[in-house]
Amino acid sequence: MRHILSLLLENESGALSRVAGLFSARGYNIESLTVAPTEDPSLSRMTIVTIGSDEVLEQITKQLNKLVDVVKVIDLTEGSHIERELMLVKVRAVAKDREEMKRISDIFRGRILDVTDKTYTIELTGTGSKLDAFFDALDREAILETVRTGASGIGRGDRILKV
Amino acid sequence: MEMTGGQVAELSGAEIVSRCLAEEQVEFLFGYPGGAVLPIYDELFKQDKVKHILVRHEQAGVHAADAYARATGKVGVALVTSGPGVTNAISGIATAHLDSVPMVVLTGQVPTKAIGEDAFQEVDTVGITRPCVKHNILVKRAQDIAPAIKKAFHIAATGRPGPVVVDIPKDITLETTNYFYPKSVALRSYNLVTRGHSGQIRKAVELLLSAKRPMIYSGGGIIMGNASELLTQFVHALGYPCTNTLMGLGAFPATDPLFLGMLGMHGTYEANMAMQDCDVLLAIGARFDDRVIGNPEHFMSVNRKIIHVDVDPSSISKRVKVDIPIVGDVSEVLKSMLEHVAELSKGSGKSDVDAWWKQISVWREKDCSKFGVSDTVIKPQSVVKTFYELTKNEDVFVTSDVGQHQMWAAQYYKFDRPRRWINSGGLGTMGVGLPYAMGCQFAYPDALVACITGEASIQMCIQELSTAKQYNLPIKVITLNNRYLGMVRQWQEFFHGNRHSESYMDALPDFVKLAESYGHVGMRIENPSDVEGALKEAIALKDRLVFMDFITDQAENVYPMIPGGKGLSEMILDGSSD
Repeated sequence: MRHILSLLLENESGALSRVAGLFSARGYNIESLTVAPTEDPSLSRMTIVTIGSDEVLEQITKQLNKLVDVVKVIDLTEGSHIERELMLVKVRAVAKDREEMKRISDIFRGRILDVTDKTYTIELTGTGSKLDAFFDALDREAILETVRTGASGIGRGDRILKV
Repeated sequence: MEMTGGQVAELSGAEIVSRCLAEEQVEFLFGYPGGAVLPIYDELFKQDKVKHILVRHEQAGVHAADAYARATGKVGVALVTSGPGVTNAISGIATAHLDSVPMVVLTGQVPTKAIGEDAFQEVDTVGITRPCVKHNILVKRAQDIAPAIKKAFHIAATGRPGPVVVDIPKDITLETTNYFYPKSVALRSYNLVTRGHSGQIRKAVELLLSAKRPMIYSGGGIIMGNASELLTQFVHALGYPCTNTLMGLGAFPATDPLFLGMLGMHGTYEANMAMQDCDVLLAIGARFDDRVIGNPEHFMSVNRKIIHVDVDPSSISKRVKVDIPIVGDVSEVLKSMLEHVAELSKGSGKSDVDAWWKQISVWREKDCSKFGVSDTVIKPQSVVKTFYELTKNEDVFVTSDVGQHQMWAAQYYKFDRPRRWINSGGLGTMGVGLPYAMGCQFAYPDALVACITGEASIQMCIQELSTAKQYNLPIKVITLNNRYLGMVRQWQEFFHGNRHSESYMDALPDFVKLAESYGHVGMRIENPSDVEGALKEAIALKDRLVFMDFITDQAENVYPMIPGGKGLSEMILDGSSD
């Protein structure tokens, strides 16, 4: 099953490699991993999307907690949460396709950030599956380049991950 | 990180390192100098609080620090230079990591400006050690040295202990800065659970008291957690059978009638059968590893309730699903369990386990540790057994290397006290035996320290005979020389069509002459009738290292044995059918 883990960790050099190293050393899956400092510059917030059975997830959580640089770990998928990912897509947009491309982008609430006479660069946010759906709606030939951030997540309502 | 306390003074980074070690009351620093640590060595030269021990190879230095920690319960400390100093130390660090030994390893690093430029003797120390340490720290400023060392000692010694590496670039050891040594340290990301959950503990004791076929399985965590006395009291209070893992030998007295012997791949028939057939199992300070329970599916194919106590939550339900997990310090949990036993057994009392003990005595009658006798060739088991009989009333430290001799030492030397059996259980590092004996002998200069080894293992750190001479360490090296990599040969016999691929040791040195060339006493023993006399003579030479080369039966195998991938009740009992 797919899980989204949220971590607070010390914003120190090497902290990221400890987490990444743990996943590779113990053979856990990483679907995506995002990390950036928080409003408190001494802390980083990391979101890891991983796939595993309940037993594997229990071990992943325990092993993450064991890392000295990791301050807190929660599994967002245990409760209601919001998940967002940012994607930038450069597509071919020529002749009659130009209008069609704009229309698809609008349907997915994308924003066109950059325009040339042959291309659009579209920004899209949403859950991973929404971004996948956008791909499916496009003609594969039209996609020139894509970049995705991986998911970031936050709990709904009063669910707060804080030190 | 919050740090408090201490006096301020202006010192060089190198002097700070030396002061910090003195503050931590480090008795021995095992190390080897080199370019990046020259300023630190210069400061060590000027002080007399910390005694530096010059080894002959960094790996041995780390092993010696590791053994010092295992034998004393204090943090072992080693110092190595950058680059090859670090890579040589890795085997030692990984060995300590897998056996949860508290250790601080200080490593020199190239100057901060040269880091990342492939400088002479540069290696990414925090990168290369990361998977085999509890934590590591690259110190980038002189003022961070003292807090880093304080933090390292704190992390190494608390919770589930382990090695911590502190990497110190040369330039910051030459800079001066304000020094004060923090008295305490608090880390927001490092919170320890010590007391177990009281409701869980009560439930666990109720379950234990209701058991008809109970079993207590304890491991190295009892020794590391200084809980041997409490465990012994607890087992006696219940009158239940107890087994120890290889790492736990000595945690419960081996000569106690409630002791079933070691369990696992080369454990006793009665311990393994009782593990498999019990209805309630208390696992405490142990981790159900592959050498202990064999195949986890086979183990879990039987219905039993499991209570698991461990200070490290990640050890619980890792290989085996448990019914009552208790995270906490083993001493704290055992104290609390003892109180519950006293209270709960007043009422309904505990169930009758006589039938269970009858079953166990049937298993014991198999006498799985019997071995053949010979007038012509020395049986390796008999050497260990004789050594035990000769020394059982003394306080002896026994170290081993890795292989058949290690198993025979574990099977035939009866350890009644914790921290007396020092070996590499987790990583299985050949070569540890002699440096382990050094670490023990430094810690206890008047004690009898023996290294039970094989002719292959001993050669992996043989250069330390020179260190032992320099510091006059009267270690008794008991080499069970079968001219084979014995355990490899045994597996080849069992599982690889008896093809002895590269397991024969040709061109062995004359160990007697070798020992003598280092200035020690060498003995070669070839007849069974000479075993006892030789051991007595060696023990009597109290101020000399004696290297005993016992020429033993080449064909002997370790029994019982659970073949890899098999279950606890699928033991091969002896070689008589071969």
